[in-house]
Amino acid sequence: MKTFLTYIAFVCSMTVLAQQTPASKQTKDIAIIGATAHIGNGNTINNSTIILSEGKIVNIVDSDVVKLNLTNVDVINAGGKHVYPGFILPNSTMGLVEIDAVKASDDEKEMGAWNPHIRSLIAYNAESKVIETLRPNGVLIGQITPQGGRISGTSSIVQFDAWNWEDAAIKVDDAIHLNWPSNFSSSHAFFSNTRTEISANEKYDAQIKEIETYFKNAIAYSNGDKQPVNLPFAALENIFRGTQKLFIHVNEEKGIIDAVNFIKTFQLNNVVIVGAKEAYKTADILKENNIPVVLNRVHSLPDSDDNDYNLPYKTARLLVNQGVTVCLDSSGDMERMSSRNLPFYAGTTVTYGLSKEQALQLITLNAAKVLGIDTDYGSLEKGKSATLFISEGDALDMKTNNISHAFIDGRQISLETHQTELWKRYSKKLKNQ
Amino acid sequence: MLKNYLASMAILLSTSLFAQDYFPKNDGVHTINKNYTALTNAKLFVTPKKIIENGTLLIQDGKVVASGNSISIPKNAVIIDVEGKSIYPSFIDIFSSFGIAAPTSVSSSRRSNQYDASRSGYYWNDHILPDQHAVDQFSYNAKEATELLKAGFGIVNTHIPDGIIRGTSVLITLNNNQGNQYRILDANSGQYSSFQRSKTSKQAYPNSLMGSMALLRQVFIDAEWYSSGHIDTKDLSLEAFNENKNLVQFFDAGSRANIMRADKVGDAYGVQYVMLGGGDEYERVADIKASEAKLILPLNFPDTYDVEDPFLSSALTLGDMRSWNQRPSNPKILADNGITFAFTTHSTKSLKEFKSNLLKAIEAGLPKEKALEALTTIPAQILGKEQIIGLLEEGHLANFIVTSGDIFDKKTTIYENWVQGNKTAFEDINKKDIKGDYKVTLANNEYTMAISGELSKPKIEIKQDDQKLKAKLTYKDDWVQIAIASKDSLKQEFIRIAALAEKDRMLKGKYILPNGSEFPFTATATEKEADESKAETKTEDTAPLFPVTYPNKAYGFSEMPKAETLLFKNGTVWTNEKDGILEHTDVLIKDGKISKIGKNLSNGKATIIDATGKHLTAGIIDEHSHIAASAINEAGQNSSAEVTIEDVINETDVNIYRNLAGGVTSIQILHGSANPIGGRSAIIKLKWGESADNLVYDNTPKFIKFALGENVKQSNWGNGRFPQTRMGVEQVYIDYFTRAKAYDALKKSGKPFKTDLELEVLAEILNKERFISCHSYVQSEINMLMKVAEKFDFNINTFTHILEGYKVADKMVEHGVGGSTFSDWWAYKFEVNDAIPYNASIMHNAGVTVAINSDDAEMSRRLNQEAAKTIKYGGVSEEEAWKFVTLNPAKLLHLDDRVGSIKVGKDADVVLWSHNPLSIYAKAEKTIIEGVTYFDIERDKAMREAIKKEKSQLINMMLQSKNKGAKTQPVKKKEHKHLHCDSVENEI
Repeated sequence: MKTFLTYIAFVCSMTVLAQQTPASKQTKDIAIIGATAHIGNGNTINNSTIILSEGKIVNIVDSDVVKLNLTNVDVINAGGKHVYPGFILPNSTMGLVEIDAVKASDDEKEMGAWNPHIRSLIAYNAESKVIETLRPNGVLIGQITPQGGRISGTSSIVQFDAWNWEDAAIKVDDAIHLNWPSNFSSSHAFFSNTRTEISANEKYDAQIKEIETYFKNAIAYSNGDKQPVNLPFAALENIFRGTQKLFIHVNEEKGIIDAVNFIKTFQLNNVVIVGAKEAYKTADILKENNIPVVLNRVHSLPDSDDNDYNLPYKTARLLVNQGVTVCLDSSGDMERMSSRNLPFYAGTTVTYGLSKEQALQLITLNAAKVLGIDTDYGSLEKGKSATLFISEGDALDMKTNNISHAFIDGRQISLETHQTELWKRYSKKLKNQ
Repeated sequence: MLKNYLASMAILLSTSLFAQDYFPKNDGVHTINKNYTALTNAKLFVTPKKIIENGTLLIQDGKVVASGNSISIPKNAVIIDVEGKSIYPSFIDIFSSFGIAAPTSVSSSRRSNQYDASRSGYYWNDHILPDQHAVDQFSYNAKEATELLKAGFGIVNTHIPDGIIRGTSVLITLNNNQGNQYRILDANSGQYSSFQRSKTSKQAYPNSLMGSMALLRQVFIDAEWYSSGHIDTKDLSLEAFNENKNLVQFFDAGSRANIMRADKVGDAYGVQYVMLGGGDEYERVADIKASEAKLILPLNFPDTYDVEDPFLSSALTLGDMRSWNQRPSNPKILADNGITFAFTTHSTKSLKEFKSNLLKAIEAGLPKEKALEALTTIPAQILGKEQIIGLLEEGHLANFIVTSGDIFDKKTTIYENWVQGNKTAFEDINKKDIKGDYKVTLANNEYTMAISGELSKPKIEIKQDDQKLKAKLTYKDDWVQIAIASKDSLKQEFIRIAALAEKDRMLKGKYILPNGSEFPFTATATEKEADESKAETKTEDTAPLFPVTYPNKAYGFSEMPKAETLLFKNGTVWTNEKDGILEHTDVLIKDGKISKIGKNLSNGKATIIDATGKHLTAGIIDEHSHIAASAINEAGQNSSAEVTIEDVINETDVNIYRNLAGGVTSIQILHGSANPIGGRSAIIKLKWGESADNLVYDNTPKFIKFALGENVKQSNWGNGRFPQTRMGVEQVYIDYFTRAKAYDALKKSGKPFKTDLELEVLAEILNKERFISCHSYVQSEINMLMKVAEKFDFNINTFTHILEGYKVADKMVEHGVGGSTFSDWWAYKFEVNDAIPYNASIMHNAGVTVAINSDDAEMSRRLNQEAAKTIKYGGVSEEEAWKFVTLNPAKLLHLDDRVGSIKVGKDADVVLWSHNPLSIYAKAEKTIIEGVTYFDIERDKAMREAIKKEKSQLINMMLQSKNKGAKTQPVKKKEHKHLHCDSVENEI
């Protein structure tokens, strides 16, 4: 209750603003001392000292072993607390839709089937009120991904505290997203009151041929004089060079196998499988071809009545134990408002077999690797961006996920939101009555 | 072919055609034929039980005069010797739409919904059509009739298969020779009903199964009221309904679950329906038996699934696979349990398939006698017409079929079908049977000759020294003509045979060699055919029948778990009572109740469960769920208080099991939020495996769903129905409660009144006997509803969702209403823009009784985590947070005297958790309801193995079946629709 009072004056002036003001550049060095540092690579340092300078982690040491000079440094005493790398949310529509039911606020899906040239970044609303609610749970970075069609478009990676999309961008146009056809087609579905019967997709093979033809044409285009300009083909060029990633969204076992064969045929070497609900059946193939996975939301229902009730909870463990690189997304119903639960999806994988540090990797270093930003993000390592937060307790458990400080590139960001403001405003109203 | 049949019908046997004695006659003299016809030496099935060898059937004037062994045949009788043939009563189909044109769907071009009836002078609902009479609409179709005759049918009871109440049927004979004056046995033979809307009207109400049930009930009440002269205006529907009251009442249920539903409706108004089944009745045969309903069974069995593609077949569920295995046994199981049923060709793709499925049912163990009863005497009894049809005793219609043998043998030929003494012949009864294997010697060469197939087009195979020769056979009027090509095919020479079938399988005539010389020919077949069929039945291995589980799908129980005496030792016990959280404590469960709580408890009979390091809590209660229901929204009107979710509980929903695995023991299945006044709730315990009715709480508290906001004013979809604004919503309530108050006053005054199911329910609210759980988002409307309730002197019990409850928590406390909210959902529509995860804690701090609910099948199975979020968002204590999903919802549901805490005397609805239940790391290990362990994490592992094993066995059997040439169907993937508040669709 004490904390309420300190905010009272602040609140009255704040409530008219659309969102929190982005933090300004780090000007002074900061030391976080005494916390358990969860590095993000599987390791921890129980009593750590972390020095943030000019937006970078310039040092991280075990305080029991190394004593650093902390003069002229702002010290945050985090004894008994925990420090984590900022959590990373791949395959997200954050900032592309504000309110589901309000069509005018929806920019996630362009018309047409072949849209590699469609770029999410320019529609990304850095001022979304939903985005700011992710930060108090530790989710600081996301891959903003367009939806729909066969090729939905090009994603970009952003950090979640920015004035506009340009400021937000960490990696522009990081990947192109291909939606693999399904073995079952809902176009001839039979709907009953409580369930839908979906027939086998007769066009599956033809649809794969279509993708192959499209890619062959794109290659031919890039080998020629590129005249006249073909925007979609041009957008695919970097995929063939290997300088841009291809994310293939596919859930079914057969689809994954076919997608891997497609990858081999086109000698694509920078590919990620997204969704991957049945990837646990094809783990050996994924491992052999060194293809990582963005796994569909852990808090999901199994697809079939016959599935283990906890299949979505344990799929990550099944994949990790077979040597596949896994990270987690939040896609599905209520996607954006549920994305702040990303840490708890990781927590659930602990309940079903992973260690806590393994689970943490799924939303930090693994995600950074999958997105290709691991040079700068994803772990608490010297030289990387100071994108991290301090939690009172275990951040993977909602009971103890309680964040006091968060930094993006060394900037200490606001943990207030439209929601905390309303909380304080009405708590005060009720208290004063 | 048809022409031939009609031609063969020319033998006119009895009464004069197309005329009755009072009709004028201008084309000749009046002729009356009183001759008899006697069919002699038959195996005569007088009834399925009374079988007479060498019997005589004597008929005159289209009726049976006598049947038996020692019948004296009058002199003016035409005698037909049918030695070696069998005579059965013709079949009766009592669920037919013969001769009725398919009802035309009204065009869907209209964008907005239709709320009022299209007709005037009739009932207010277009789907109530008791005034329809099939006799007015049916048009005799001789072609269709001939197909049915060929399949053995002689009588159909035909109705108009459209609407909830469908009006009367007409019972007709398939008499191709005479007119409707003979065919119509009863112009009002029964009334048909169903849960399905009429295709001919777009009137929106009802759009759900529960709406159909409520409407049926109201019709019963209104008809009674009308008949007692209380309604001044004309209602031709109710008049017709009252006229039809004493007819046989048929119901198009179509499934086990709907049979139980229709029976419930019928029981309330003194009607025992005869039900159309769905083939899944065996799944809960005891319940079907208890309904005392007679059934009409279609014979549809799933084709073998094509499982060769392992990727596609992995989408098949055990439930569907079992159906394939079990459904052919449905008739046998029903027969074994003494349930009366008739068969119908309704919904079977073809009559050929009807026959083959009938044989499949017999192969699966249905006694032939029962099968015959289901086609003859039972349909006659159901119609109350056993004195005139269904058997071949004196006075019954001369409706019978003449066959070559056992009607339930694949190879049996139906020669003739007689209807009211008029014969339709399909095969010449006197035709000698030439099928068989012959050894013949022609010009000193030995040949083997096999004749097979139907006698109308027999096939021949001739071999000489194991070499097959080309041969052609024609068989007509007992003359066999065969041409055999010589061994040397280049020669193009033929041996010809012309022989008369003197007896069955005995040919006598001559053969002519290519050089023109002729020799006598005789041949007698060995009776190989018969031997073959015997051999076949022996080798045909009967596929194993997989046992039914409860429910009959993956994770069902083969035997229901029983209540046990259980002693939990040394656990951390979250009592939710004064004692708080007790460490190292024992809990004894006995007779379904919590018996003792303490240290060092012992009980000699108890099963000890070591709870060291584990947590024992009361089971989770979800105040807002939509799982386990076959319908959620009756959206056809702005109030649907008359409907109840209790009518549409789906006890087979796997989400019940998944909820148990998440520690949930009780839920309120709420109606959706399509209308300001929704439907009544079902408050159930998740007793997985029990029947739908057994899930509902005994003495259940009475609840109803109300809704406010975007959904009820149809902001995000169609429009046209009042209200379209929050302003209108208030007036809906004021209007309904004003009327309910007047209704209640009239009822209490002792004056006559008509029961109105909707106002009844609203009056219960006014009388504080029923409680409201109201879907709500923004503060203005929350405030409004409290004020409306106060105006009518009652309280809102619960605001559910209540996402802006934090803005009016003080007013809620003052009003005395609880709040059941989401932990952290928001931003899915405009009205949840100010929804905050701190809502629960603010309301709690203000003194509101707060629950955290799911409204979602996925979230409901981890409500413990949702409760834990209130610790993060607003700093609620662990003990209070835990109450948000246990004791508080119990309070809101008026169940806290029975469940919600661990207290001696309360129901033993408890969960054993691996960790602190508010931790993300907690797993439910055992979920117990009234002492019965419905979920056990170890048993779950064993079930997974069993499912895997059974599925591979079934896959194997399907592959074998396909290899044997069975018809296959492609695998279809089934996806559950996860119902939410907003789930509105035409559900039937």
